[in-house]
Amino acid sequence: MKKVLTTPIQDEDLESLRAGDVVYLDGLLVTCRDVGHRRLIELGRELPVNLTGLAIFHAGPIVAKDGDAWKMISIGPTTSMRMERFEKDFIEQTGVKLIVGKGGMAGDTAEACKRHKAVHAVFPGGCAVLAAVEVEEIERVEWLDLGMPEALWVCRVKEFGPLIISIDTQGNNLFEKNKAQFNEKKGPVIEDINRQVRFIK
Amino acid sequence: MDKREAKKSLTDIMARFTGYVGKRLPQDVLDKLAQLREGEDSPLSRVVYDSMFENLEAADRLDRPCCQDTGVIQYFIRAGAGFPLLGELREILGDAVREATRETPLRHNAVETFVEKNTGDNTGTRVPWIEWDIVPDSDSAEIEVYMAGGGCSLPGAAKVLMPAAGYEGIVQFVFDVITSYGVNACPPLLVGVGVSTSVETAAMLSKKAILRPIGTRNPKPQAAEMELLLEKGLNEVGLGPQGLSGNSTVLGVHIESSARHPSTIGVGVSVGCWAHRRGTIRIAPDLSYEILSHKEAVL
Repeated sequence: MKKVLTTPIQDEDLESLRAGDVVYLDGLLVTCRDVGHRRLIELGRELPVNLTGLAIFHAGPIVAKDGDAWKMISIGPTTSMRMERFEKDFIEQTGVKLIVGKGGMAGDTAEACKRHKAVHAVFPGGCAVLAAVEVEEIERVEWLDLGMPEALWVCRVKEFGPLIISIDTQGNNLFEKNKAQFNEKKGPVIEDINRQVRFIK
Repeated sequence: MDKREAKKSLTDIMARFTGYVGKRLPQDVLDKLAQLREGEDSPLSRVVYDSMFENLEAADRLDRPCCQDTGVIQYFIRAGAGFPLLGELREILGDAVREATRETPLRHNAVETFVEKNTGDNTGTRVPWIEWDIVPDSDSAEIEVYMAGGGCSLPGAAKVLMPAAGYEGIVQFVFDVITSYGVNACPPLLVGVGVSTSVETAAMLSKKAILRPIGTRNPKPQAAEMELLLEKGLNEVGLGPQGLSGNSTVLGVHIESSARHPSTIGVGVSVGCWAHRRGTIRIAPDLSYEILSHKEAVL
């Protein structure tokens, strides 16, 4: 059965989730990436959306005008690690509960997830039409002065996913664990190849 | 047709082809993805591969870009000096990008540097980026469209090694780049390696390497052997789809090289994501065309 989170998300909705679990989202998902984070944390500007209990999506969509409204054409995740510098403070200041992106995030984010009961999840990268059809409506857009990818698109989503939990509320970090394994495997593989590529003699 | 009509006609062809490349992956990429999907058995790998194929089906059905990040458009041109619109191609491709951005639609990805403003039409200083090769004794043009998202451009790296580092230094560099930044670049990845003299030549060759059809081999036996060794080795590290770990890492590894200075080994790495959007179109002097990368394509 699909496990579905609904905004506003409560702490207890997240506490039983573990890194590697797959969930879906109903409710409000707001795109926010590089400049959105920079404006809040570094420039001290107030976010035009109250994110308490909501979800953010590290994503910049393709949208089209549909009469007076906006229509979601294509929206996939972007590299979450780009926001690492700001995410700990972002979680603290906004009360956001679910951060969706791709790839992992580092220790500071994991620490903030643990302290403030939030999670980071991965939507499969490049699957942007799949994600777009799970957006029921674009409720509004803020900071459109930043251009299409960087603006804050406030989306109402239905069974948005699959979302693979990568950092849980205990601070478990799926990608950090994977990275350690990759690095462990790397050494012997490189040694083996290097014995066979001594073309300079 | 007169020159004005010819320009308009080629602009329309290139606008439609550019949009098309953003929507449908070339056949060699689709075939390789299907093969890698079969080789994965973990539940998370399956979730990701299922999403990828559902997404491609939805992009096709709804006629939309399969990934939202349609990149800063790059064109690689191999043209004969006799191609009738050679001198107009830059203007034509700029107009084609503006048209494709409006009609496809494509995401607005060109930010004018220093001014730090999104231009809103995917063009700007030196963008679309164009690379030229002149082909002897030809009056046609082959144009390659490449659309890379930010995620798969981020791992890109080049440096110059001392000869003492040998080809072993190249292997180390490739693995370091892929295991540190590869997880964010939407694996399975197509890895391009350039081996040359300096950063810019190695970097450009690494990009040309990922424009080759998947699985084609470098004509030099040593380079071809190294391509296979790197493929096998990177797969053993097992990044899996989206870096969630699995039985494979790459769609392939391609190496392009040039002769080099004896005191340097320039190495560049470029990475293509699983949604590897490249397309090749050949334009005849009468502007009839053939699409080489997507046999089924109708513009």
